[in-house]
Amino acid sequence: MTLFTNHRASVPSPARRRFVAAAAALLVTPVAAAGVPARPAPLAAPAAPDTAADYRRLLVLVELKGGNDGFNTLVPYADPLYRTLRPRLAIARDAIVQLSDRAGLHPALAPLLPLWQARELALIEGVSYPDPNLSHFRSIEIWNTASRSDQYMSKGWLTRTFEAFATPSRFAADGFVIGSYDLGPLEGGARALTIANPAQLEHHASLVSDHGSAHTEALAHILTVEADIVRAATRFRPERTFATAFPANPFGNVVRSACEVVGGASGVAALKLTLNGFDTHVDQLARQARLLDELAQGLVALRAGLVELGRWDDTLVLTYAEFGRRPHENASAGTDHGTANVHFALGGRVAGGLHGATPSLDRLGPDGNPVPTVDFRSVYATVLERWWNVDSRGVLGGRFATLPFVRA
Amino acid sequence: MAGATLPALDFARRIAATGALATFFAVAASHAGPASAQAVRTQPSAAAAGRVLDFDDARFLLTRTGFAPSRTEIEGCVGRTRAQAVDALLAGARTSPVVAPPGWTSDPETLLRGRRPRDLTSDERKALQQTLRQHALELREWWIAEMLATDSPLAERMTLFWHMHFTSNIQKVHDARLMYRQNALFRREALGNFGRLLHEVTRDPAMLRWLDGARSRRGAPNENYAREVMELFTLGVGQYTQHDVVDGARAFTGLGVDPVSGGFVYRPRQHDDGEKTFLGVSGNLDADGAIDAILAQHAVAPFIVAKLWREFVSPTPDQREVEAIADRFRSSHYDIKTALRGLFLSDAFWAPRNRGTLVKSPVELVVGTLRAVGLDPPKLRPVAAATARMGEVLFAPPDVRGWRGGDDWITSSTLVVRKEFLLKVSQLIPAGRMSPPAAAMRTSDADIVHVLLPLPPVGGAVAEATSERDPRAEIRAALLDPVYEVK
Repeated sequence: MTLFTNHRASVPSPARRRFVAAAAALLVTPVAAAGVPARPAPLAAPAAPDTAADYRRLLVLVELKGGNDGFNTLVPYADPLYRTLRPRLAIARDAIVQLSDRAGLHPALAPLLPLWQARELALIEGVSYPDPNLSHFRSIEIWNTASRSDQYMSKGWLTRTFEAFATPSRFAADGFVIGSYDLGPLEGGARALTIANPAQLEHHASLVSDHGSAHTEALAHILTVEADIVRAATRFRPERTFATAFPANPFGNVVRSACEVVGGASGVAALKLTLNGFDTHVDQLARQARLLDELAQGLVALRAGLVELGRWDDTLVLTYAEFGRRPHENASAGTDHGTANVHFALGGRVAGGLHGATPSLDRLGPDGNPVPTVDFRSVYATVLERWWNVDSRGVLGGRFATLPFVRA
Repeated sequence: MAGATLPALDFARRIAATGALATFFAVAASHAGPASAQAVRTQPSAAAAGRVLDFDDARFLLTRTGFAPSRTEIEGCVGRTRAQAVDALLAGARTSPVVAPPGWTSDPETLLRGRRPRDLTSDERKALQQTLRQHALELREWWIAEMLATDSPLAERMTLFWHMHFTSNIQKVHDARLMYRQNALFRREALGNFGRLLHEVTRDPAMLRWLDGARSRRGAPNENYAREVMELFTLGVGQYTQHDVVDGARAFTGLGVDPVSGGFVYRPRQHDDGEKTFLGVSGNLDADGAIDAILAQHAVAPFIVAKLWREFVSPTPDQREVEAIADRFRSSHYDIKTALRGLFLSDAFWAPRNRGTLVKSPVELVVGTLRAVGLDPPKLRPVAAATARMGEVLFAPPDVRGWRGGDDWITSSTLVVRKEFLLKVSQLIPAGRMSPPAAAMRTSDADIVHVLLPLPPVGGAVAEATSERDPRAEIRAALLDPVYEVK
């Protein structure tokens, strides 16, 4: 609690009070928190991998759609340029949740502090790619396909992973997409389902059929989706209740569905969750605060839900977004499209702390954006090499250094 | 880009999809004419515009350019040549709606009447949100009603096309009147002139709010519209530089929205009248000058024609054909009918290989099905809600790029909502005594399939129902067959 010295002197802020409550919820053991006996390892968790890849380990991607502003997420408060570039948008010094002598979290992220202290939260700074593209759609495509900036690929990086290293046939699906219709990194052939309410999967399967042959690509796509629904439904047991209280907001619903999927599916390797609304060109302060609050509460609930399922220690949660935002605020009290961004990694085996390197605010490029310090494909390489224990070179089209944010 | 959430996914939790719709539907006693033309499946060859349409050709043309037609509509089109039929569709395009819009659309003042949201009390803010939600619902119902009632489905499809192209989202625009006015603009220029439409869109109040143009001023330009007008509305990625974005944003300063009337207002003192270089043009460019510079770019016509191709012809535009049609589109000074005529009379449009290659959008699926089977829902809210659960919330596209469309309409969650809707429709067509619409569709067993499906059914259920002489089961099987999802 030494990190809280600058809060002690003042009246507890709402963020501080939220932290205390969240800490209380988090720091107790799952058994005591749930008030129910510890449950045996769920049948859903496969006993052994069918392939070389260790798909007992779950990847949860969280898309911060629109491009979250990293400089007001992990605030470089000690850099005087931060306040110079952001006369209106800089977060007040005493509101920042201090993590180190140079950086701290946005106050709305205070609920994550217990994870930080438990070394289950890593922040990866400066993530982008060479020759960044400022279009939402092109840039997220680059992230989804793990391509170079000048390279167009149709298959998502997870789809390529599952093609190279198949998930066990007993798995309900390769991946589930929750909170968006966009398959993202699962685009282009993975067995992936978008799902709103897992409890209805069985009913949905009754509406479709898993056979027939297609005359056109559109029809082939429809038949594939029908077959995926049938297959997932036969490998899914929907009944599952949680002691975890999921926040009553859109991302809270997404997190609840995510936990239901993990608890009900016979197996799944990856989830993609989406929280939308980060394109804060105008009046950023209130909007980002609301979104980060929703995110932090959702992540805390995700942790609690996965702890209940006994899956937290084999879950890696990673955030991503198309880009960060420009250090210099714009005239509409917002920020425009940027490049290098900070991302979260959470999980029972995460090596907590600050990773990557802080992008320099005094050496901005011609468009006012910082120079990236970490290639996003290094993050993906870390997932492949250190999480799933497979060779990343074929999937990523080259060797990218892994990062030490996952413990062995 | 604005951060719209995905209400559809929340709806899926709250609404038991079947059941709710039932109470709102009633069967309309629409009278189809006696069956005459015997449907004969023939393949359109690489033939000329003089080729005469048979039953399948007519169904195909009307489905692709409008909403799925009733048997009567199909028969009215059989026997014309392709050129006659296409020219009739283009000539008959409406520019104003047949259904009266909600009364509040003609209010002279905006919801806020010039006040700033931060000056409202919390009660006033709540009331405002409530009104806004109510207006959004009414606006969606009105548009669905228009699409069900119109005698010019092509005009509505093109109005939808421009809505999907020049996205604006009511959640950020925050006033349904402005969305209605934008919708009226899209309909007025639906098949009009693209250049005029682009100039009008640039000063459209909903667009000025959506892409922050109203916030952009001299010394503090906002890049949002300048980027998207080139990337998404006219040229595509790679056809402009970041410098064009910066100077374009300066050219677009000075455009504003009157806070009381919600109308367009020009604010000369907020306009940056300095020297700019934009797409190779230098000078003191203003918004119209910048738009003219865009319209002078060669890439505009093929960009728009290719997008129209993906809407009406196939998911894979033929670059040579696109360029040829784009040349005519450009020489006509962006006359939209010229582009559409080129597409609708192209060999590719009629080619058998392109039938069944496009997925019906949620609105097409819902409106088309109701029109095809002659169901007339007395309440439209559940119908609008159904399209929302299928991923298409009218007036609220997911982001500035709009709905991706095509195969992306079909996901494991949206597909089941579509099937549930179709199942409900099939249950509402009375069994046993066969109501007029369904009976009219059933002059021979093959006709139901011909009216509804663009290709032979994939599943065996249709043939089974046909052999068992169970017309109701046949309609249900046809509606639930995967082939019904495409056009």
